Amino acid sequence: MYAFVNGPLVWIAFAVLVFGSLWQIVSLYKMSRRTDKVFYDHYNPGAAAGSIWAWLMPFGSRSWREHPGLTLGTFAFHICLIIVPLFALGHAVTLEFNRGIGWPSLPDGVADKMTLVFLAAALFLLIRRFVVPQVRIVTEPKDIVVWCITVLPFLTGYLSAHKMLLDPDTMLLLHVFSGCLMLICIPFTKLAHVFLFFMTRAFIGSEFARRGTKTW
Amino acid sequence: MSDQKPVNAEEIMAVIERNDTARLRAWLKTCTSCGLCSESCFFYLANENAPEFMPQYKARKTLGELIKNKGNVTRAQLEEMKEIAWARCTMCRRCSQYCPFGIEIAVMINVARQCMRTQEVCPDRLMTIDQSYEEFGNQMSIPDEEFVETCEWMAEEGQDRLKDLEIPIDKEDAEIMFVVNSREPKYYPQDIQEAAMVMHAAGENWTLPSHGWEATNLSMFSGNLRVAGMVTQSVYDAAQKLRAKKICITECGHAYRAAKYEGPYWTKQPGGKAPVEVTHAVQLFHDYMKDGRIKLKHKFKEAITYQHPCNLSRSGDLGPAGEALMDMLCENYIPMEPHAEWSHCCCGGGGFIPMGADYKKTRMVAGKVKAEQIQKTGAKFVLVPCHNCTDQINDLNKEYDLGIKVMSFKELICELMDLPPHMKPEGEEDE
Ligand code: SF4
Ligand code: SF4
Repeated sequence: MYAFVNGPLVWIAFAVLVFGSLWQIVSLYKMSRRTDKVFYDHYNPGAAAGSIWAWLMPFGSRSWREHPGLTLGTFAFHICLIIVPLFALGHAVTLEFNRGIGWPSLPDGVADKMTLVFLAAALFLLIRRFVVPQVRIVTEPKDIVVWCITVLPFLTGYLSAHKMLLDPDTMLLLHVFSGCLMLICIPFTKLAHVFLFFMTRAFIGSEFARRGTKTW
Repeated sequence: MSDQKPVNAEEIMAVIERNDTARLRAWLKTCTSCGLCSESCFFYLANENAPEFMPQYKARKTLGELIKNKGNVTRAQLEEMKEIAWARCTMCRRCSQYCPFGIEIAVMINVARQCMRTQEVCPDRLMTIDQSYEEFGNQMSIPDEEFVETCEWMAEEGQDRLKDLEIPIDKEDAEIMFVVNSREPKYYPQDIQEAAMVMHAAGENWTLPSHGWEATNLSMFSGNLRVAGMVTQSVYDAAQKLRAKKICITECGHAYRAAKYEGPYWTKQPGGKAPVEVTHAVQLFHDYMKDGRIKLKHKFKEAITYQHPCNLSRSGDLGPAGEALMDMLCENYIPMEPHAEWSHCCCGGGGFIPMGADYKKTRMVAGKVKAEQIQKTGAKFVLVPCHNCTDQINDLNKEYDLGIKVMSFKELICELMDLPPHMKPEGEEDE
């Protein structure tokens, strides 16, 4: 079990992530060639890039500026979500040990703090779902499931690093397992917004630019 | 009611399949239900932030339900959806500016409207208008002859204001083919006269077509895109027949959006571009002023604000031209906040005004946001370059006791312009 989770499962998860996402992107792209004439007729690379860039920057869009609380929460959440797994010391060491690839890493203390920031931001977003009426009304069970899938790897990672709750090995197993689950889910759930974001923003950026106006 | 036709799910699905695009799929997949679109919507704001008015929810309760049930819904459900799709969204597209993914709720609502229209579920007045377009080519059931007569009458009468005023009909090879909103010949023929005065004073080579003169496209919002395309096509055809260089749309928002941006797709124009360049009175007047073709006696002195119609300043490129024109004409122009492409919809668009008395109350409630915007500027004059906005703001004026006067650009320019001596009517003294 341990060997499977730590070995093949990790590779399977990465393969599903990469090929699943590619498949989604390619099939949507193919479909768009057929159905979204309006996009190709008026595609505007400058506006598409501008639209993506402005929304990737904290407070870069009017909407971000008008919702400072959510903006801080969202960016704290996403920045930690990307940085911590990529540069956690544990991950770098594992990679080096197994594959002999040297990988830069964050000091444990920093990764630790970022994990806590991530968990706090995640909690904020979850609570917001329940207490803000206009968010609650569009929240579905699957939003909560996706939230859990995203948060679990961080929670288990933190707990195993600090030898809390379960014995570290079991917790580590859970950590790897939940991490794999998240990777596998990305192409097939709302988590697909990781890459769809770029597609939808390129579209809306061009669409508004065609009309001489902006979306940021 | 038992005598009602059963719902035809196949017809609904046909609409959905026709609109099944990669971007729609991506929108359905990406919405993270973050709620950022809520506060962008004036319906939501004006209804005390009631969550049912948040944009994503409205799309979900209409198109979302139709997709989920594969079109198998009851008439009662359709009636509920009708109240959402027509009375809680004007398709103003402000929400897509606020969504991190740029999801176009307005487009989804539009698809839902198209679905419902196949089942004849649609505000009655809008369906009557579709019919009028089919029979007369315009929304007000005006025969072409009557339109031409109105123009002749207006030219003649206008000679008291501008010597030798002409309204050329069907002149070939003109620079500008001007098209109107049929509300003008029906209720406000003065509008045609004033537009003619401005163009005449600017020395424009222009014409009006005797057929294809109606540009307001309300079928765009009834969900009957076949008729919408037909109306646009008649305008394009007229321009091509007369070999006009440009089509200029009167001070009307729906007409501009339809002719310039949506029409090319309904009528399957290559590259999504109108076969003849489309421009708008705001741009035309702006250029006349900028090029000095129109001179003013003086600028307008009172405090005045400007209503940016969604279909001109958000779904169209006229925000900056509108502002610049205001500055050229007025000494004391006070913009509303927010304005230009971020302007709030007045709640007269998206078919709302012609939906009639049944929907007036909803319109007055949701118009609160606009009424407050106007009030905050402190201006007692509002310049409005769109017929639907004009009706709505006039209604808001009464409802909220704003004490304002609504004006159009042509009206303002006619009041302020300094005619060259040979155009001044006999007996008018120089100031
Ligand atoms: S802002 Fe966009 S992503 Fe957020 S709830 Fe609205 S439509 Fe969905
Ligand atoms: S298009 Fe306009 S009216 Fe409709 S939901 Fe969006 S903001 Fe509201």
